[in-house]
Amino acid sequence: MHNSQDVQVPFGPQHPALKEPESFLVTLRGEKITASSVKIGYNHRGIEKACEERTYIQDLYLIERICGICSHSHATAFSQAVEEIAGLEVPKRALYIRSLIGELERVHSHLLWLGVAGHEIGFDTLLMYTWRDREVVMDILSLLTGNRVNYGMNTIGGVRRDITPAQAKEVLKAVDTLEERTKYYIKIATQETTIIDRLSGVGVLSKKDAISLGAVGPTARASGVARDVRKDDPYAAYGELDFKVITTNTCDVYGRTVVRVLELMESYKMIRQILKDIPEGAITVRAPRKIPAGEAASRYEAPRGEDFHYVRSNGTEKPDRVKVRAPTLANVQAVSKMLEDRYLADMPIVIAAIDPCFSCTDRSIVIKNSGTRNSKTVPWEVLHVQSIEWYKEHKGIDFSALNKKYAKHFKI
Amino acid sequence: MIRPGRMFKQLVSSFFKKPATLNYPAERSGMPEGFRGKLKFTPDKCIGCLMCMRDCPTGAIKIKKIAEKQFECEIDLGKCIYCAQCVDSCPKKALEITQEFELAKLDRKKLTVVFNAENKGEAR
Ligand code: SF4
Ligand code: SF4
Repeated sequence: MHNSQDVQVPFGPQHPALKEPESFLVTLRGEKITASSVKIGYNHRGIEKACEERTYIQDLYLIERICGICSHSHATAFSQAVEEIAGLEVPKRALYIRSLIGELERVHSHLLWLGVAGHEIGFDTLLMYTWRDREVVMDILSLLTGNRVNYGMNTIGGVRRDITPAQAKEVLKAVDTLEERTKYYIKIATQETTIIDRLSGVGVLSKKDAISLGAVGPTARASGVARDVRKDDPYAAYGELDFKVITTNTCDVYGRTVVRVLELMESYKMIRQILKDIPEGAITVRAPRKIPAGEAASRYEAPRGEDFHYVRSNGTEKPDRVKVRAPTLANVQAVSKMLEDRYLADMPIVIAAIDPCFSCTDRSIVIKNSGTRNSKTVPWEVLHVQSIEWYKEHKGIDFSALNKKYAKHFKI
Repeated sequence: MIRPGRMFKQLVSSFFKKPATLNYPAERSGMPEGFRGKLKFTPDKCIGCLMCMRDCPTGAIKIKKIAEKQFECEIDLGKCIYCAQCVDSCPKKALEITQEFELAKLDRKKLTVVFNAENKGEAR
């Protein structure tokens, strides 16, 4: 039961501070958060079901639109699953291009996050600079793929566009610029006292909690859990690339910032290696329209963590079932833990620090046994007996003697 | 090493630089080659196989037979997501992408454009 000093504050689903509709219920004692819960489901778009109504080719573009930031992640995870069912051997060059776009996407996502984090703590200068620099990688993505977001690079059995030597040169030039800027941000993040003071010790998630709550991506890695699908279960070209899994042991928002900026450097290293080692050859294999019956699960390390796709086919042109578990769903559980015993003022940055994407995560939810007490269904007859007993016990109202008396009269 | 005011130098130097943004629409950055903008249809090349319609994820494209071996193409620019899947699916290269991206219209009907012998991607 709640303490009488506790105040429950609902945030959202429509709230000026929130960028997406989601609902938080925060219990406050003074300025301190004693409990919090996240309720999602306001952005459910029914994409998984819609996939069953469309062909595999059409699904690619729908799946890509699960998220505007990690669109390549979802499209790749889906393609990988379908390719596994169909037993397609994707050409090496295509795998390298997938990794290249994946890393460029990570760079743009992490720079975007850095800006958002700056904004949430009131450091808008950082937002302006990182977003200006992010344009460099957005331009590169649109040069390579034909669009700034929703790149449309994947197809079942490979990629749709090749990389020309001229484009590769542009990418390398951009990576040089970005690397120089990122080195500057690393200095800012590790030397600027205001940032360190503001973010250290905020949103603490211990290693034990990170593991037991199943945190993924930079959220887990900042708590010292070296969990990265690119290393644990290499896909695309990652098995042949040389990179480190960045972890820290600070377990707070500061650590999550450091992990992300250092990961940028790893991405630049990988992009250079990809462009150096990319093999010649075809970029697609012919994929059948009808995918044989089967099922496959596929994992992908999106910028926010592990993205999981499951596809089941039934031998037709359309999938039988598609299931998506976006990284935010894995991380959102940890938010309540991170907020425990923290001040209300930490809430925006703690939520922002998992880099949430609620529309990716949203699903329809059935709430069973809501509330704190266990609920159960009581049949009418049971309630009838209970009510009689309760009055006997508490109010001393008992009809049994009267009943006996009347029974004699009427001979029941 | 802890250094307060780490960004100060950068701030001062930015003060004397020209803005990072462009004064659109007076100034333009131009679209990269291969940008996926409005589609273009060449009626002479089309054989009416309808592969484009079959693969389009949004149902934005319609190919109609107007006479023997003559086809016209109707595209709903409001539905099209500019994925260029139809371009990939077309066996005769009758569809191409252009770099045109300023496609907003005040009238919803004007979003449906037609390509045939007379009409070259305008509303009917
Ligand atoms: S570009 Fe994509 S959405 Fe537009 S008509 Fe072609 S296939 Fe359909
Ligand atoms: S796929 Fe090409 S040839 Fe076939 S109907 Fe469409 S535009 Fe014509």
